[in-house]
Order: sequence, then structure tokens, then C-alpha cells
Amino acid sequence: MTSMGNALVSVRNLRKYFPVGGVLFTKAWVKAVDGVSFDIYEGETLGLVGESGCGKTTTGKLILRLLEPTDGEVYFEGKNVFKLRGKELREFRRKANIVFQDPYTSLDPRMTVFDIVMEPLRVHGIRVEDPEQFVVKLLYEVGLNETHLYRYPHEFSGGQRQRIAIARVLALRPKFIVLDEPTSNLDVSVQAQILNMLKELQKRYGLTYLFISHNLGVVRYMSDRIAVMYLGKIVEMGPADEVFENPLHPYTRMLLASIPVPDPKISRSRRRTKITGEPPSPINPPPGCRFHPRCPHAKNVCEKEEPPLIEYSKNHFVACWLYAKR
Amino acid sequence: MSERKPLIEVKNLRIYFYTYAGVVKAIEDVSFTIYEGETLCLVGETGCGKTVTSRALTKLIKPPGRIVSGEIIYYSPRGPINIVELSEEELREIRGKEIAYIVQDPGAALDPLYTVGYQISETMVDHETVRDWKEAFRRAIALLRETLIPEPERRAKAYPHELSGGMKQRVVISIGLSNEPKLLIADEPTSFLDVTVQAQILELLRELKARKGLTLLLITHDMGVVAEMCDRVIVLYAGTIAEVGPVERMFYRPLHPYTTALLRAVPNPLQRMEKLEAIPGTIPNLINPPPGCRFHPRCPYAMDVCKRERPPMIEVEPQHFVSCWLYAKRG
Ligand SMILES: Nc1ncnc2c1ncn2[C@@H]1O[C@H](COP(=O)(O)OP(=O)(O)OP(=O)(O)O)[C@@H](O)[C@H]1O
Ligand SMILES: Nc1ncnc2c1ncn2[C@@H]1O[C@H](COP(=O)(O)OP(=O)(O)OP(=O)(O)O)[C@@H](O)[C@H]1O
Ligand SMILES: [Mg+2]
Ligand SMILES: [Mg+2]
Repeated sequence: MTSMGNALVSVRNLRKYFPVGGVLFTKAWVKAVDGVSFDIYEGETLGLVGESGCGKTTTGKLILRLLEPTDGEVYFEGKNVFKLRGKELREFRRKANIVFQDPYTSLDPRMTVFDIVMEPLRVHGIRVEDPEQFVVKLLYEVGLNETHLYRYPHEFSGGQRQRIAIARVLALRPKFIVLDEPTSNLDVSVQAQILNMLKELQKRYGLTYLFISHNLGVVRYMSDRIAVMYLGKIVEMGPADEVFENPLHPYTRMLLASIPVPDPKISRSRRRTKITGEPPSPINPPPGCRFHPRCPHAKNVCEKEEPPLIEYSKNHFVACWLYAKR
Repeated sequence: MSERKPLIEVKNLRIYFYTYAGVVKAIEDVSFTIYEGETLCLVGETGCGKTVTSRALTKLIKPPGRIVSGEIIYYSPRGPINIVELSEEELREIRGKEIAYIVQDPGAALDPLYTVGYQISETMVDHETVRDWKEAFRRAIALLRETLIPEPERRAKAYPHELSGGMKQRVVISIGLSNEPKLLIADEPTSFLDVTVQAQILELLRELKARKGLTLLLITHDMGVVAEMCDRVIVLYAGTIAEVGPVERMFYRPLHPYTTALLRAVPNPLQRMEKLEAIPGTIPNLINPPPGCRFHPRCPYAMDVCKRERPPMIEVEPQHFVSCWLYAKRG
């Protein structure tokens, strides 16, 4: 890992609140992302994990400015993404892109593979000398070939569709890709193909990834660093091996203790942290530390004050009153 | 498990779906046994036939699907019965009573219009395992308590939408347990749930199983869940059984190239892994499945015979079976 090089992406105090119950009669807000800060370094993969609804996708979309924030900033190559206009914004859209979870809905069923891969270039007004050759070259990069050029999405398996979606993103020679659960709908045998391919492409093109997933095995395999989210907040962040082998936050520990491990001796002899509760609604998150109702170590202060994210050991951050001094 | 009594024996089961596009050969000559008191896992990737196999156990195959051949011997308290030959009426006696199901999506399994207490009671009243509704309701509350739902008296009066995903799945489990079945079939009971909730539901199933002496058939595509829960494992591939064996042997000494490959393709969260070993290719289409061994096009060890002839099931070690020509002595 080119540890702590240049930050390609910097996220600062990012917030996104969604109104509940219509815009006019808003009584409550879903605090989907609520004051999140982190950097993504050039060439690395930052894994973003957490349970359903904790704000992973919203964070990814905000970074790409597919959503406007309620508050906060995102810097890409030093520039505030939310202030970009005209040519600069188009340039950003070329350099930073996203691959979604569902390969079944993310491709237009009426377009051929050739058109799907060429479309971003048309949108950006980029000309290539020999479009067919250009697309074929990309198809080879993602493990497809010229026989697939003029076929339609429904003729492909889930894994192949995800390959097409990746080829389309690669067509613009991006620097940064948000991978939002790119293999969650795929079988393990196919998932392994796609994950390996993403790693190879990253090396070959020096890509930077934000890898979103709720599958901890997948996140560990893919990431240099990991950020753990709970109800709109980052509760822990650090090098992948650190977070997995020396988890600090009680929520991270609970998550790790919850994963079924594909090894019967280990999974049956493992000391079990007591796992309790379910993630509460982000509409009225608990005050103080949002995890306190489920936390075995909750103290008085946890119910009242939100713990700050502190650097507990080198590059390993945690937001928990067990570690922070008031 | 010293002396094992079979509860269900599936013999040469074949299930086809007669669709417009052609005949989907979903289950091809599948045989296995479920022993009393065990947790047996059916594992495999999408479309390999896990759900269809489990539904066949109470003949829940709807057109265009049909059980083409085979026997399903259920060793009922009244003696052995071939499920395949039973009438709908006879089956109703067994379904939900002696053999109960828990499905993947707890939201869809519950009726939004009735309270959960009513829905649990209803299964008992239908099967006349209680005297009246009053007793049923009392039992429903006890079941909610057993599945660790807080404040069961209050929750019994709740509608499904008022409960979280994990709570709904506990209700579905309560319904499954309500008539004290001998066999509980859980079809991916946690794949819609978050991992911390999944851990709690698996723990609950383990605990209930031990306490009630249930037999559990657990369907999953997650090797982690298999490792955690099962005594024995059946690995399905494209409608055929690749391998059957005790869980530890399956993980530490797998025989079938598909099992080996599947295990190497799963990212282990407790280990730093440099590279996953992907299985090339994709799952075959079951209208025109590959001849011979259905795995041969993706198998690194495929030989000529694999392309021509279906491998027999061989007991390589006691209770460890594999269907692969690498282990078969021919002729
Ligand atoms: N457009 C929207 N309008 C209202 N609420 C939204 C919207 N998008 C997301 N939310 C809410 O914001 C919260 C965070 O959602 P988000 O999709 O970011 O979660 P996630 O971590 O990606 O979850 P998952 O693992 O299920 O994909 C959720 O409570 C969600 O319901
Ligand atoms: N109603 C149907 N019509 C046609 N084919 C069907 C039907 N139901 C199931 N099949 C086919 O039978 C095969 C087995 O399906 P089954 O649902 O048992 O798979 P599964 O292993 O449970 O997969 P998953 O992990 O996706 O739940 C599949 O190839 C499927 O396409
Ligand atoms: Mg999401
Ligand atoms: Mg299924």
C-alpha cells in the first residue's frame, strides 16, 4: 500500500438529511449521513462497511455529486466538488464514476453492448478513431470479447452484465470509482472473478476505489483501509488488517463477531461477543453515541454526548468514549 | 450421533419444469437422506436447485414443474410414507404440522392485514393441535417468548409492518414451530437480514433445535453459515449432488473439484488473502445442461469420460460421498 500518499478525495463534515413525509410538511429528517470526514488516497481502496441503511450509498453518491449535500464539502484533486461548474464539472464527471450493485437494472435493455460502452463517450463528446476496436479492447479488459459486441443485456449472466457496466465506466479512463456493492447480487464463484478483475484493473490503471459493501469478507479482501459506518457516522477507520485484527469500537467488534466464518473449527470455538438489538431508525437516532442502546460498555456519557473521532493509534481512528478523553 | 435414524430418504428424484423455452432439468437424479435430529445444509449457487429440492419434500412443486420420477420416503410416526404418492389432502396433514418451512423473505411470508399473534394461532387452529382460539393465542405468546421477542403479550397484537426485519423472522419461526414439527426447513432464513441480526437468528435456530430435538434442513449459499450451523452438508451443482459429507470433512478435506473451488472463492474475513481463486465460466443453463458431469466445462480436471457419462455417487470415506470420475474406478 502506498500508505498515506496524496488525498485524491477529501470529505469534510459531510451531511445529508432527507425529509420524511413529503417536502412541504416535513416534520422529521432521515439523517442518512451526519457529519462524516475522511480522505481517500491516490491508488488505494477504502472500504466502507456497515449494515443496511447506515448511509454508505448516500456517502458514495455525495462524493460523486449525484446528490447535493445538506452540509459539508468534498474535495477532488483539491477542488470543492460542489462548486464545480461547466468544463470543470464535466472533467470531474469523466474522472470519477460509479458502478452499482444491480447489474440487472443498471444497463439499458434496448442498447447493444457496443452502444452501452460508447454512450459515456458520446455524452462527453469524446471521439475515438475506431470505435469498434476501442470497445473490443475494453471488452477484453473485462474478460469479454468481440462476439459480445452487438448483443443485448438480457443475453448475459449477472456477472457478465457487471463486466459490461465496468467496461462502460473504464471507457472514460477514470481516476476514481465508487464500487457500490458491485458483487452483492452475484454468486461466490462469479464474485471472485469480478473482485480479482477489479484488483487487476486498479493496478494497471492506478485507479482509486471507494468500495462499499456489507460483506466483511469481501471488504477485507479488497481494501487497504476500512471505514465502519453506523447510522450515518463513521465509528472506526484504519488499515484493513488493523481494523479486523484489533477492532476498537464495540460496534466493529459486534460486527466481526457476527460474521459466519467459513471454517467450522474456528466458527464453533470462537468466543462470542453477545450480539443484541437491531440498528434503530435513522429518523430519530439515539442521542449521544448512536450505538449506546446496543453497546455492552455504555456509560452515562454515551447517552448524552457524541464521541469525537480520534486517532487512537497511528492511522487508526475511533469514535467511542472508551478511548476518547473529555 | 451414534445410531442414526433416517427421517426422510430421497431417492433418484428428478424434477423438470416444462416451460416455453424448453424443459428445465432442474433436479436430475438426486438422492440423499435426512437423519433425525441433525442439521443438514443444502448449499450451492443460484439456480442449483436448493429451493426446488426442499419444496419437493412436501410435494410443493407447482406447474409447469413436475416431479418426473423418484421417491421421497418420509418415516412418519405412522410408518414410512412415499410423499410423492400422497394426495393434496393427505399432504395438508403433513405440511406446516410435521414438516414446516421458514422462507427467505419474512416480509412476504406474513399477511399485512392480520396481527402476528393471529397468524401464529391460525396454523395451530387449522391443524387442530389446540382446542380453541384462546389456547392458540396463549401458545402464540409462549412461542414469541421462546423466539426471544421482547414483550410478547404486546407484540402478539402488532401488525407485521410494526416489526423490524429480525422480529418478523422470529415471528415466522414461531409459526414454523407452532405445531411442533419434526422437520423444520429453513430456506435462506437470514439472507434478507443484516449480519448482526443474522447472527441472532442463527443462534436462536441452534438453540431451539437443541432444546426441541428438531431436525433442521438449512438452505444457504453462504459457506460461513454452513460452517457455523451444520452437521452434514450437501453441495448441489446445477441440479445434481456434487458431494455429501460431515461438515468438517467438507471444509478440510473436500473431494469434489467444485467444492474445493467454491471454498477457495469465498473471501475469509478472518484472514488476509492475497488472491481468491475464481471458478472460470458460469453456471450452465438447465434446458441444455452439459452432458456427462454438469460441472465438466468449468472443471480443471475434466477428462473425456466427464463429458460423456454422469459420474456415479461414490462413498470415498464412511458417510463422505462424491459424484466425480476422479474417484470412480470404471469397468
Ligand atoms: N432519496 C431518499 N429519500 C429519503 N430517504 C433516503 C433516500 N435515500 C436514502 N434514504 C435513507 O437514508 C438512509 C441511508 O440510506 P443509504 O442508501 O445510504 O444506506 P446504505 O448504507 O447504502 O444501505 P444498504 O446497505 O441497504 O444499501 C436510509 O435510512 C435510507 O432509507
Ligand atoms: N417455475 C419455474 N419455472 C421454470 N424453471 C424454474 C421454476 N422454478 C425453478 N425453476 C428452475 O429450477 C432451477 C432450480 O431453482 P431453485 O429455485 O431451486 O434454485 P435455488 O438453488 O434455490 O437458487 P437461489 O439460490 O437463487 O434461491 C433453476 O434453474 C430455476 O430456473
Ligand atoms: Mg446501499
Ligand atoms: Mg432458493
